[in-house]
Amino acid sequence: MAEPMRIRATMAGDVADVKVLMNHPMETGLRKDAKTGQLVPAHFIQEITATINGAPVLAANIGSGVSKNPYLGFKVKGPKKGDKVVVNWADNKGDKNTAEATIG
Amino acid sequence: MNALRRNVLKGAAGAGAVAVAVAAGLLKPTQAMAAWNKDAFEAKNVGDAMKGLGVSGPADSKEITIKAPDIAENGAVVPVEVTSGIAGTTSIAIIAEKNGTPLIGDFNLSGGAQGFISTRIKMGQTSLVRAVVKAGGKSYTTAKEVKVTIGGCGG
Repeated sequence: MAEPMRIRATMAGDVADVKVLMNHPMETGLRKDAKTGQLVPAHFIQEITATINGAPVLAANIGSGVSKNPYLGFKVKGPKKGDKVVVNWADNKGDKNTAEATIG
Repeated sequence: MNALRRNVLKGAAGAGAVAVAVAAGLLKPTQAMAAWNKDAFEAKNVGDAMKGLGVSGPADSKEITIKAPDIAENGAVVPVEVTSGIAGTTSIAIIAEKNGTPLIGDFNLSGGAQGFISTRIKMGQTSLVRAVVKAGGKSYTTAKEVKVTIGGCGG
């Protein structure tokens, strides 16, 4: 099951700096298991969406070329301290996770 | 006799059903967005990946900057930061040109999101890292070479 995800959001002037760290193996489907020699099936995040106070700010499609335990940083102009950031992801196996944080 | 009244009631019931479906999570708002772009992500070369993104002949732009190491010792984790100074940037895509499947990610920005994306990518070998930015219906690109000493795809 999906592990928790961490979000840090801070205001720098009038721009919110949002950093997200997701826990995910991001398997490409090309790597072999060292013990069995079998290919490890592909397992990676495909979609990430982010909203601030319910308004969408980011909708990303990613492939298996993003590193394990993906890090994503983005900047949004306009929000205020105390606004709520929500980040969702979904992977190729239908696993989902969501987390929220308050801009500080 | 009361055909109009019937239609109004029918319409209301239909709208109600949609609202119920949304509430029940059957029709999630996120599903209205573009589904995962399989063609672009499974493309084996840069040209097909760009075609999958709906980009053709992007113009080189100096207003896009890619911050990435000149030499990456570990190809499994290469930090990449793309900043677009182009007004009205709506999306940023990151492509590692010599990866088996070059497209890394496509980030759509809205609601005050700035032309900035920072992430970490895998690179199979030394190659150009390309950023493709869409703004105002046009596309722009720039690239930076990253030398990889140990590849990070498969192995």
